[in-house]
Amino acid sequence: MKGETNSKKLTLNTQDQNQTPVTQIPIQPTPATKSKTTTPTQTTTTKNPAPAPVPTPAPVPAKPVEQYRDGTYVGIVADAFYGNIQVQVVISRGKIADVVFLQYPNDRNTSIEINTQAMPMFKAEAIQAQSANVDGVSGATDSSIAFQESLSSTLSLAKN
Amino acid sequence: MGMPITVEVVDPQTTEETIDMVFDYFDSIDKKFSTYKGNSEISAINRGELTKENWSTDMKEVFDLSEKTRQETFGYFDIAKPDQTFDPSGLVKGWSIWNAAKLLEKKGFENFFVDAGGDIQVHGKNSKQKIWSVGIRNPFKQEENVKIVYLEDKGIATSGTYIRGQHIYNPHKKNEEITDIVSLSVVGQNVYEADRFATAAFAMGRSGLAFIEGLEGLEGYMIDAGGIGFETSNFQAYTQDHA
Repeated sequence: MKGETNSKKLTLNTQDQNQTPVTQIPIQPTPATKSKTTTPTQTTTTKNPAPAPVPTPAPVPAKPVEQYRDGTYVGIVADAFYGNIQVQVVISRGKIADVVFLQYPNDRNTSIEINTQAMPMFKAEAIQAQSANVDGVSGATDSSIAFQESLSSTLSLAKN
Repeated sequence: MGMPITVEVVDPQTTEETIDMVFDYFDSIDKKFSTYKGNSEISAINRGELTKENWSTDMKEVFDLSEKTRQETFGYFDIAKPDQTFDPSGLVKGWSIWNAAKLLEKKGFENFFVDAGGDIQVHGKNSKQKIWSVGIRNPFKQEENVKIVYLEDKGIATSGTYIRGQHIYNPHKKNEEITDIVSLSVVGQNVYEADRFATAAFAMGRSGLAFIEGLEGLEGYMIDAGGIGFETSNFQAYTQDHA
């Protein structure tokens, strides 16, 4: 189950030379803010309380997120990078209610140790719009044909 | 790198020069690593014009880190493209953002935000003295966020199929596009770790989130082509607004 196991993590021989210790330091009152945004061709500078710009809504044709039919679906045995993975998905009221790993690799043929017991049931839910009031946004820009294609391709088992 | 860069430094001693220093750094990286620029070092390497002993220190470091990452990701991270050229941008972005953040730290800045093309490193607090908040973009609707994460001295990177076309492929099946997941965001102790593992995990398709689950210090959020979001077991620690 989620978050109940501490020993779930896979350990790699990672020498993290880029990690520097970071200390918390009290924040100064009334801080000044500077930010600027640039693209390859253009540089703009804004001064004072300037949170990272939030993109203004553009009229993008919204493709409705497809609903799934209720039921329990067993996925194919997928050839993952270190063994086979098979999941079972339970759809309830059109949403993924549960995802269970039926198969997960437990061979230890490399230096990697995988604690299969700790493999999670990932929390899953249909994406939902959240507040746009944030300091920044992680993600890619530019929609594309590839994205449109990928949008229409998956979870076909459960689709109407 | 041909992408929008946002640098926000909150500390009172911040000057124009502070921001310029960071942008100059990104500029220098772009000049070396841009595969879109014919006169970049990486382009010269890809044309076979530069032998390894003549590479810059940065180039050698990036290639070393790329090889290390390739080994740590079962070959799913690979800067060697099908046409025998190299494209290290999947590592350079996070690496350079993290370097820029370290540059600011070294100069004594404590509260800042560095964003290059949607990969972000934050430090300290924002101008409202709150923990930095970062939205995860809806891959189906560019102006919308589908998650908000609250980050303190952390990095976040998102890999997706929806930027500049299908730019991530499975190195083990080079002709197959990745189409079942559209977005994978990784939060890590720094944006370098988040970026390189997000890139590799995305190439794994659906298995990628399990890969992230297995990595110490990383949490992930994946969106599939059907609009379902999946999260690793401790991702929720970042979605709670404890500011």
